[in-house]
Amino acid sequence: MKTKIDTFLADYPKNKQESLIPILQGIQDIEGYLPEEAFVKVGEHLNIPTSKIFGVATFYNQFRLEPNGRYHIQVCRGTACHVLGSATVLEHLEKELKIKAGQTTRDRMFSIEVVACIGACGLAPVISINGNFHAKVNPDSIKDILENYRNQEG
Amino acid sequence: MLTNRKLEIMSLLIEVNNKKVEANQGETILDVLERNGLKVPTLCHMKNFFPSGACRMCLVEDEKSDRLVTSCSYPVEEGMKIKTHSPRVVESRKTIVELLLANHPDDCLYCVRNGNCDLQGLSKELNVTERKLSNKKNKINKDFSSASISRDPEKCILCGRCVRVCDQTMGVSAIDFINRGSESVIGATFNKGLNTSSCVNCGQCIVVCPTGALHEKIHHPEIQEAINNPEVTVVVQYAPAISVSLAEEFGLDAGKDMNGVLNAALRKIGFDRVFDTTFSADLTIMEESAELIDRVANGGKLPMFTSCCPGWIKYAEEFGDDFIDNLSSCKSPQQMLGAVIKSHFAESEGIKPEKIYSVAIMPCTAKKFEAQREEMTQKGITDVDAVLTTRELANYIKLSGIDINKIEPEVSDSPLGVRSTAGKLFGVSGGVMEAAIRTAYYKLTGEELLNFKVPEIRGLEGRKEAKVKVGDLEIGVAVVNGLANTRELLDEIRNGRDDLHFIEVMACPGGCIGGGGQPFGTDEEALKARMGALYKIDDQESLKVSHKNPEIIELYDKFLGEPLGHKSHDLLHTKYKTRDVLK
Repeated sequence: MKTKIDTFLADYPKNKQESLIPILQGIQDIEGYLPEEAFVKVGEHLNIPTSKIFGVATFYNQFRLEPNGRYHIQVCRGTACHVLGSATVLEHLEKELKIKAGQTTRDRMFSIEVVACIGACGLAPVISINGNFHAKVNPDSIKDILENYRNQEG
Repeated sequence: MLTNRKLEIMSLLIEVNNKKVEANQGETILDVLERNGLKVPTLCHMKNFFPSGACRMCLVEDEKSDRLVTSCSYPVEEGMKIKTHSPRVVESRKTIVELLLANHPDDCLYCVRNGNCDLQGLSKELNVTERKLSNKKNKINKDFSSASISRDPEKCILCGRCVRVCDQTMGVSAIDFINRGSESVIGATFNKGLNTSSCVNCGQCIVVCPTGALHEKIHHPEIQEAINNPEVTVVVQYAPAISVSLAEEFGLDAGKDMNGVLNAALRKIGFDRVFDTTFSADLTIMEESAELIDRVANGGKLPMFTSCCPGWIKYAEEFGDDFIDNLSSCKSPQQMLGAVIKSHFAESEGIKPEKIYSVAIMPCTAKKFEAQREEMTQKGITDVDAVLTTRELANYIKLSGIDINKIEPEVSDSPLGVRSTAGKLFGVSGGVMEAAIRTAYYKLTGEELLNFKVPEIRGLEGRKEAKVKVGDLEIGVAVVNGLANTRELLDEIRNGRDDLHFIEVMACPGGCIGGGGQPFGTDEEALKARMGALYKIDDQESLKVSHKNPEIIELYDKFLGEPLGHKSHDLLHTKYKTRDVLK
């Protein structure tokens, strides 16, 4: 069966190794992340060992190896947020969701991403969930915020 | 690659440690230093590989520019004033080692490379006597998934030598760097176990690893247990390359033939029978040459590829499954002897096969994988139970308190011990081909090959070819070593090349003498010495062809019948399958 990735790859010439990064970006746009299938198929298409593609995909922060959760949490680790305790915020989120930054919970509900300054220093420490900003968060408010999203899912 | 420098005219003048030295345009500082006998420590540097400059250990000071530069990658410039051991240089190198040690596990005493580790050596050389930087220790899971190669990434210093040898020498690229910065590790695709990767188990990564991050899967405890058990007959066989490689492990000259001493040492360790795999190399030649003649005469699939090298076989199953029907169906000498031991030997000695524990000593890590392949069994009993590398054997001899310099040489057990020198040549690239040609020539013409030699396919080059006249036939043969070279040849055949009938492939550079189970520090000089030793044995002894080996003739008379016969088919031949791995 032809997958979305096959169709996408058909537009790129074979063995043109310099297209690796644009191809990975394109697949991530389609799938939301880089599934294992992508590594095998891109490897065959460009004649690059999967170990090297995996090396590239784990080198750059832009590539995700897991799909985002339905609620994608971006934790700002910019200077202002850092000074006001974003490290503790991240730590609590990770503990609360039992995942590490860059991962997605097993029920695919939440994922955490660490980002540099998101331009809301006045609200520090700030997190953004699916684009909605939550200001001046602390360990207690994090619990409430997550609970709210869980309730929305019913 | 930086080669053929010697042919160029010296064109630059630089100063090294206050002495004027001539240098060539385009060569690196390290090249000049080495030529002038000046040693600077290196870690990530590998001869004949493009420099990477990753570890910074080879720093030297250029007083002209007042800079520290990596000598392995920095090209010489007119008027440079190099200091190889100025206080600034030595202090910097020491700091580098201290930084490497900061998150390294402090367990040298429990490490496989204790006493034989580049990092440990540098720490001593640079007088690192206290822990100045204390950082969090690496905590990374070990990988024991491979049948041949164990990984301990906590000890890895990220020099990248394994990655480069896997890519450039082997063309396999089973491993690469994963993640970035302080998170970096080396691993297989998806950071899964090596057993899911395209790794062919050649072990070249182990040979180049400067620390204990990579080592062969250890088989010694099981072997000792079998030796301790009085109800089990423990037999051992050793590969043709072992006798000419072992000396280096004991500080003796490279290439010294230790065959007699080896037999004696193995008996002292406690092995009940000592056999020579070279005997079954002769057996392989009988079967393989018969198969070649059969394919040529009856329009079988050509070119035929040799199948002695388990690294190459796994490579073919992964990357060359369009050539699976071209592979000789012969098992390797290790597996042939294993099969004969647990059938004919067991029968004639009246021992049940399940009461025999069969050990092989190999210059190779892939042989550990081969021994546990499911095809390599008869009625659920493995042909070979455990495999030791040359390095493990040396440790075992030392552990057993044997002084290799003081024991009297002995001969191997018979039958299954007498060998021709043709079989001995299996240890070097081109040797299987030469041995096979000698026997095929005789079978087809009834006469022996002149001088018994095929000089075109001798030597350490990555690819050698010849056209051999056998009666009216002209046989095109090619010999490749290093799987990256093999890949090129396979592509030529895929693109229509059709003048070759028989191709010998060895995964490791130089063949088994350069195997992944060979002593650490193997360099070109050592390879030449081991190769020279094998050819010297061939020159000096008189039994030069497999088909004249009296024990081989007897084995066919009493047990096997004829090459490619029914019994041979059952015991000595096998099948291959496409392997779906992450490649």
